[in-house]
Amino acid sequence: MNKLIAYEAKNTPIHRLSGFTKLVFFLLWCITSAMTFDTRVLGIMVLAGAVILIISRTEWRQVSKVFGAVLFFMTLNLLCIFLFAPYQGCEIYGQRTELFHIAGNYTMTREQLFYELNVMLKYFTVVPTIMIFLVTTDPSELAASVNRVGVPYSIAYSLAIALRYIPDVQEDFHRIRNAQQARGIEMAGGHASLLNRIQRTASIIFPLLFSTMERIDVISNAMELRGFGKHRRRTWYAARPLSAADIAVLICAVLFTAAAFAVTFMDGSRFYYPW
Amino acid sequence: MIKKFGIREVVAIGIGTALFVVLTEVMIPLVIVPNTALQPRMAIMAFLSAVFGPIVGGVVGLLGHALGDAMFYGSIWWSWVIPEAIVGVGIGLFAPRFKVMSGGFDGKACVLFNIVQVIANAVAWIICAPILDILIYKEPANKVFAQGLWAFIGDIVIIGILGSILMFAYSKVTGSSSTLKKEG
Repeated sequence: MNKLIAYEAKNTPIHRLSGFTKLVFFLLWCITSAMTFDTRVLGIMVLAGAVILIISRTEWRQVSKVFGAVLFFMTLNLLCIFLFAPYQGCEIYGQRTELFHIAGNYTMTREQLFYELNVMLKYFTVVPTIMIFLVTTDPSELAASVNRVGVPYSIAYSLAIALRYIPDVQEDFHRIRNAQQARGIEMAGGHASLLNRIQRTASIIFPLLFSTMERIDVISNAMELRGFGKHRRRTWYAARPLSAADIAVLICAVLFTAAAFAVTFMDGSRFYYPW
Repeated sequence: MIKKFGIREVVAIGIGTALFVVLTEVMIPLVIVPNTALQPRMAIMAFLSAVFGPIVGGVVGLLGHALGDAMFYGSIWWSWVIPEAIVGVGIGLFAPRFKVMSGGFDGKACVLFNIVQVIANAVAWIICAPILDILIYKEPANKVFAQGLWAFIGDIVIIGILGSILMFAYSKVTGSSSTLKKEG
């Protein structure tokens, strides 16, 4: 069945890092990628992402499906940008260098190509870090480590439960879908009307929602019985102290973000255009 | 009054997020226009907000959208994650008025629910998402507003129909735990 990108235990330097370190790195990386339009910074980030992906010994089979989805949506988005605003690049960079005429109001310009190249690079800066984060982070350890740095443990626990139960809920979902399909209720396809489609979806979602609400009851009762939330602190089985490597990575990540911002905004604009 | 944040809420966020992520793969395609599918997961989030309140709704929207996008599409559009949380919080603010768990979700509550969800979706997808898209990704304004409008229509349709059905049905089942009636 449809297997999601998920944690796999391995022994690499990336796996040994604390979940907190990886989360901070990931968020800083996302912010930097969102803010900068500097091609040099984005290029370095893509390269760094690729290197980390190799160090973490992530295999193609783990991420191939997600990678396909990324390519599909990226292409669609790039095409849409061009269709909706063929001169967005000219507006941003304040120049217009026509390359060739396509049809009607659509002329390809160097500025547009360069702008869309940056948008594409933005995708490729975030994608490897997402893959690395999901593939190398142990959910329980992540919860323990975000709690260590001051996040209330109830929130850390919510996160742990979410990651822990995704496969279970997915199994429930597939079982219910198969059962309904066996009864002749097909979720997709056919030439049914919109209302009819929603009705069919409801016939699968409704049992799933019921079992989910029941699950919430069972789990919260179990946790209550074991005294969850009674004390202000709790200890974690999976907790690991931050190592020297963690601190080094955190410092590097902060320094890199600062440097990226400095380079990006040095000339007073977040857009970099060499011509 | 909003209930305090207890064990049930902690678990509801966790399991709710898991459910939201799993349902990312369920799409009801609208005709012709590609990439504009109805997302039943939105109805689930609306339901959870209406039952458990704004914190659960907001966090499920935020965390669920981010994780779901990451796991299925390999990329996170933060400019669309944040509006999702706005919808969750918006609906959740009125949670006590819906009385889903006590079986009091009637026609009046349903009308209120739909008014609230339309307003929350409008703020999220017509105002917030396009502005964030322009600020963060500098995308063309006409493109992001067109996308936002599509998302808005899709969400009010799916939450309006599927969300209301789910709440009616759930309220009926859990509310009528007793068959005793008060004699007149």
